[in-house]
Amino acid sequence: MCQHVESTEINCLLCKNVRLLICLCSPFRCRSLPAQRKIYMRSPPIPEMATQEVQLNETLAHLKTESETLKSKLEEERAKLHDVELHQVAEKVEGLGQFVMKTRRTLKGHGNKVLCMDWCKDKRRIVSSSQDGKVIVWDAFTTNKEHAVTMPCTWVMACAYAPSGCAVACGGLDNKCSVYPLSLDKNENLAAKKKSVAMHTNYLSACSFTNSDMQILTSSGDGTCALWDVESGQLLQSFHGHAADVLCLDLAPSETGNTFVSGGCDKKANVWDMRSGQCIQSFETHESDINSVRYYPSGDAFASGSDDATCRLYDLRADREVAIYSKESIIFGVSSVDFSLSGRLLFGGYNDYTINVWDVLKGTRVSILFGHENRVSTLRVSPDGTAFCTGSWDHTLRIWA
Amino acid sequence: MTIRNAIRDHGQRYRPRMACLKKAEKVLLEMQDPKTGVKSQPQRLVITTIPHAISGEDIIAWLADRFQIDSQEARNLGSMLVALGYIYPLQDHKRLVIKPDASLYRFQTPYFWPTQQWPVEDTDYAIYLAKRNIRKKGILELHEQEQYNRLHKWMNHKWDFIVMQAKEQYRAAKERKKPDRVVFDCQERAYWVVHRPPPGTVSAMDYGLERRIDPNADEVTGESLHMIFTQQSIMRPRVKSSVSIGALVKYCATYNSHDPFLSKCLPSNPWLTDDVTYWTLNMPNVEIPTKMRVERWTFSFRELLSDPRGRDDFRLFLKKEFSGENLAFWEGCEDLKWGTAATMREKAEHIYKTFLARGAPRWINIDGKTMEITVKGLKHPHRYVLEAAQTHIYMLMKKDSFGRYMKSPVFKDTLKKAIAPEEHKFTDAQLEQNAKNRRPSLSPIILRQQELEQKAKMAASAPVDITQVMSKLSKQGKEVAPRPPSKN
Repeated sequence: MCQHVESTEINCLLCKNVRLLICLCSPFRCRSLPAQRKIYMRSPPIPEMATQEVQLNETLAHLKTESETLKSKLEEERAKLHDVELHQVAEKVEGLGQFVMKTRRTLKGHGNKVLCMDWCKDKRRIVSSSQDGKVIVWDAFTTNKEHAVTMPCTWVMACAYAPSGCAVACGGLDNKCSVYPLSLDKNENLAAKKKSVAMHTNYLSACSFTNSDMQILTSSGDGTCALWDVESGQLLQSFHGHAADVLCLDLAPSETGNTFVSGGCDKKANVWDMRSGQCIQSFETHESDINSVRYYPSGDAFASGSDDATCRLYDLRADREVAIYSKESIIFGVSSVDFSLSGRLLFGGYNDYTINVWDVLKGTRVSILFGHENRVSTLRVSPDGTAFCTGSWDHTLRIWA
Repeated sequence: MTIRNAIRDHGQRYRPRMACLKKAEKVLLEMQDPKTGVKSQPQRLVITTIPHAISGEDIIAWLADRFQIDSQEARNLGSMLVALGYIYPLQDHKRLVIKPDASLYRFQTPYFWPTQQWPVEDTDYAIYLAKRNIRKKGILELHEQEQYNRLHKWMNHKWDFIVMQAKEQYRAAKERKKPDRVVFDCQERAYWVVHRPPPGTVSAMDYGLERRIDPNADEVTGESLHMIFTQQSIMRPRVKSSVSIGALVKYCATYNSHDPFLSKCLPSNPWLTDDVTYWTLNMPNVEIPTKMRVERWTFSFRELLSDPRGRDDFRLFLKKEFSGENLAFWEGCEDLKWGTAATMREKAEHIYKTFLARGAPRWINIDGKTMEITVKGLKHPHRYVLEAAQTHIYMLMKKDSFGRYMKSPVFKDTLKKAIAPEEHKFTDAQLEQNAKNRRPSLSPIILRQQELEQKAKMAASAPVDITQVMSKLSKQGKEVAPRPPSKN
């Protein structure tokens, strides 16, 4: 739920009529737009297109300089309200003690690089996918494998557990996201009941169920994100704005929230409104591809991990980057990040086979964990925060607590 | 049927995106500084002496000192530098790790550093293998032999060129002085170990899938779109940093005692003690919640609603106040938003008839303007058609009902009955026993079936008699009896 709930009258940018708005955070468009037409549109309507036509005919250089001026004006505006740094406020906060985090379970069974994993809401089951096309559902507590599916493609880079715990979604080089309902019958071939939901024009990089089993949000190498209806496979909303591959996404945690954040190879992290398909905020401070984004538990901020070996925290209400988590000795990229339950700790899986644990408020590194023998490709904290799981290119998954 | 988007890789492993390389190079330059870098020593071979060899333990010590890290981390960093090919081992040359002893290493010459600019060509590898073959037949290892044969097949058309180049290089090498030749051979061999690793080894050059966009190319498209977006962003309302950062810090403080990584999990963290009491006590629809769980409900209205047990408690309270329709309406809206597209229209109509129409059985109280927008939107229903009304009702519940709920007898009663389990104190023997007794849990599939059966039963009996509903709600969740919390 966004904080700016007010009623006001403002001009709609499209039809110029005066319309009532509930939330100032949404783009200034009137609510009477019929939803149906949004489904098949490839790009959002640009109201000022007519006046921009003259500019489009000018040289690229001119456009670039104008763009730069606007960007610096944006930074100026952002800086006006920046009256304190995170680490200053954090000085009053108590420091963290020593941590003893060890591997509590090692899940062996994949024959190739583990690329992605997700927790079930029951806090002990997980689904993982690997380069050889295998998707396995484990009870991480007992380390038993409960279900296994072989995808018809390799490099299954995305997998997600449905909120009900009764299905999993996965996809990768097949450009699709498919949903497999799980069955108690061990002999049943899960591939028989598979539903092909999402269709992109390039590889699928991430997928996530929304608050129910009926909708899936996906991001793809084709530069777009999309929201799909699982039952019919219908495209409900598409999100355009990234200039390059979109590598990751995360849904806002709030109960009535309708936003999600995505990160891409264009070094941008974009926050999207699921209702209108518009990008509402954008942050471009990373120096390389953003591999992972994750919301802060309150939904008012998010963290990102990038190939430039840093993790960064962005505050959505202040509309700026508020912290950088980096160290001179860390030169390898971050593949995945997640917060602990209170948001005080940020866990990062790195390409140098380690996991670094950061104090989110003070900006310092609390711990470094060794154990994997190859790149850590995915990291998620369990739903109740009791442990976190990492998947690695060394074919194993580890549970840490 | 596999759809491959990656450019077919015949062994060319060109990587335009290894941002770590620039950083690694900086470190390397510092390490090679004659005054402040790693101290080097000459290596004595049978006849010759090779200068500038460094030992593993010196590298680790230097890294630990320079970056103020402990030796395990320094060793990991050192191993990564070796794996990238900036430093190579003189003994055991195929294992690209740093050994924390007197094993010798040398800095790789910049000519052989991994680069982002141009790919490592198969042609060069073929020349290298051919050269070694010329020098001494049968010296190639198995995997190198296989590669050689494969390249011979793929590059048959230029094989003469390759052999000629190999002979030239071999001849030129013979003319060098022995120490230089030894050094160069080592360097070249190390380079190829990095870029054409033996099968089954972990390679730092292993990049994964190529990404579609080339980061070195210029961004051409979408400038005008970006500008409009930037203009809108400038006008965006913002909050002062002190306010929003203050909220982040406050959130951490509020949830600190609930974070299993920062405070003790009561009775114990299942992953640490192999005892699942913590999960059993916190099942979604347990009858008696724990004190910690009830405390979380007080943090925010959102917390209360997102916990099924909390929501049930709140529903009970609202029924007593005869304002249950607000929550029911809100739940209906959520169901509409996140449900299947097929049933959306019917759901919207059903909600309208039940909550919004004049004379509806569970009419909700929203202001005139919102009602107007909603009714108008329902003519062309989409999944967000009830957004305005839902927000209004949510804020109503949050600002009014939530506060009263926390002061109500329902809540106080729940709080009083809530369990505060004692911390487990297992001996080592008990922990071992627990580890042996790990049991699987009920599959979510079964739990869901049970839930659906329950819901069907609830829907079958008409929810008109309040007392009937309340007794049903209090019986719910009795199936899963919590295990006794103390274990001795």
